[in-house]
Amino acid sequence: MAIPMKHALLALQAVASREVSKFVRQGGRLASALVRPLLWLVVFAAGFQNVFGVSIIPPYDTYIPYQVYIVPGLLGMVLLFNGMQSSLAMVYDREMGVMRLLLTAPLPRAYLLFAKLLAGTLLSVIQAYVFLAIAAVFGVGVPLAGWLQAFPVLVLSGMMLGALGLLLSVRVKQLENFAGTMNFVIFPMFFLSPALYPLWKLEESGARVIHFIAQWNPFTHAVEATRFALYGQVAPLSLAIVIGCLLVFFWLASWGYDPQRGMIKRSGGPG
Amino acid sequence: MAEWDPYGGNLLEVEQVRKAYGSREALKGVSLQVAPGEFVALLGPNGAGKSTLFQLLTGLFNADAGTVRVCGCDMREVPVKALGRIGVVFQQMTLDLDLSVVANLKFHARLHGLGGAEAAERIADALERLSIADRAKDRVRELSGGNRRKVELARALIHRPRVLLMDEATVGLDPASRRQLLDEVLGLRSGGVGVLWASHLVDEAEAADRVVVLHAGKVVAEGTPSSLIADMGTDSLAEAFLKLTGPPERTPA
Repeated sequence: MAIPMKHALLALQAVASREVSKFVRQGGRLASALVRPLLWLVVFAAGFQNVFGVSIIPPYDTYIPYQVYIVPGLLGMVLLFNGMQSSLAMVYDREMGVMRLLLTAPLPRAYLLFAKLLAGTLLSVIQAYVFLAIAAVFGVGVPLAGWLQAFPVLVLSGMMLGALGLLLSVRVKQLENFAGTMNFVIFPMFFLSPALYPLWKLEESGARVIHFIAQWNPFTHAVEATRFALYGQVAPLSLAIVIGCLLVFFWLASWGYDPQRGMIKRSGGPG
Repeated sequence: MAEWDPYGGNLLEVEQVRKAYGSREALKGVSLQVAPGEFVALLGPNGAGKSTLFQLLTGLFNADAGTVRVCGCDMREVPVKALGRIGVVFQQMTLDLDLSVVANLKFHARLHGLGGAEAAERIADALERLSIADRAKDRVRELSGGNRRKVELARALIHRPRVLLMDEATVGLDPASRRQLLDEVLGLRSGGVGVLWASHLVDEAEAADRVVVLHAGKVVAEGTPSSLIADMGTDSLAEAFLKLTGPPERTPA
């Protein structure tokens, strides 16, 4: 349904500025979003420095320290956590009634969800860059050009994980259930990916099933697409999978919030 | 943008709507109308289906059967047009407590496509009208329950809706605030706004142009307060209401 551009932009501004102001108000959120990956980078990576011994694999053209290897995975972690946070925000909004306000605005629902997704992604990407900057301070830098080249991939990956968060928010009805979601979604996605070690290591060690699952994990491809982009290369398959998952997750989330067919309707609870 | 829309017929037309949650039928074919400048009270005991009806009227869900039309726009076919013409005050408070009054209203204005000076002007007008202009910069958290409701009413009016839906809007308010809110809403009639005021409190329905009594998912009576009293042969609207809704229906466990 066509809505005037001015209306669409104002609504986007409304949703985005609310997300940003909430983020700023919750002072600890940026800190906790950064402490997590920094712990991995500074403590974990230091401890495992010599255990893993990463050989030369694309996109790297030389031996790299383990810290450098895990930067893209930790960027993914930042995006993943914030994406799930957007799901938490939806559940919170539903409990606080703000969701009603959004859903009764004279705009197509899919557009409102899209505005939510963009706003959440904006926060994800900002946090990812703050993490890159801090990593650089710790001496774990990526090529300067990589900062720019990674931007579109970070946006797409952030949107894909945010859309997954939106999709989960259709199902997760209460805030209390959020911790469970974290355990069942965030950790498997993170560990079954090349965030901490290249996937061939899994294959080499004979963990075939895990290797297989990891290859089908959308997060794997977000990390790989980011890794290649940071070094000025394109990972076409990973990028395509990220975009494909983004479209599918978003479509399913819109379906879930549709008043006609949605899953909300079936579960019977008010929006 | 709420352009002037010269729709002359009933502002709100609900025809034979049905809604079931699983096997429980919450609405069993409900019809009602609200004309321009008319204040219609929707009276019903708790559990009568008022909240479900409001969810259908605000497009949160679609009815299983029947139609909801706002100024002739079908909520199912053209939800965006229909939603643009209604203003809603929900039963549950939907303000962001940590934002100022103005920031809350601005959020709503933008969702309705109003920005810049136009929004600022309308927000100032609405606050002035409800005599809460002096609280504009305060955080909502610092406001009393009555004033929070006024802010929500102001918000519902910013985009100049043709129909105002009030869902148990006086819940939790003291009698004075309750009266004040009701008077404000009654005052909107002169501007041609149609109001549907849902409540389980009979005294709020006494000033209504028309009363629709909803009970167990059905409209059991409809008319002016005096005609309902006459029809039921009682002395007051409260007695008529009690007679109509009878002993509370037991829902099977």
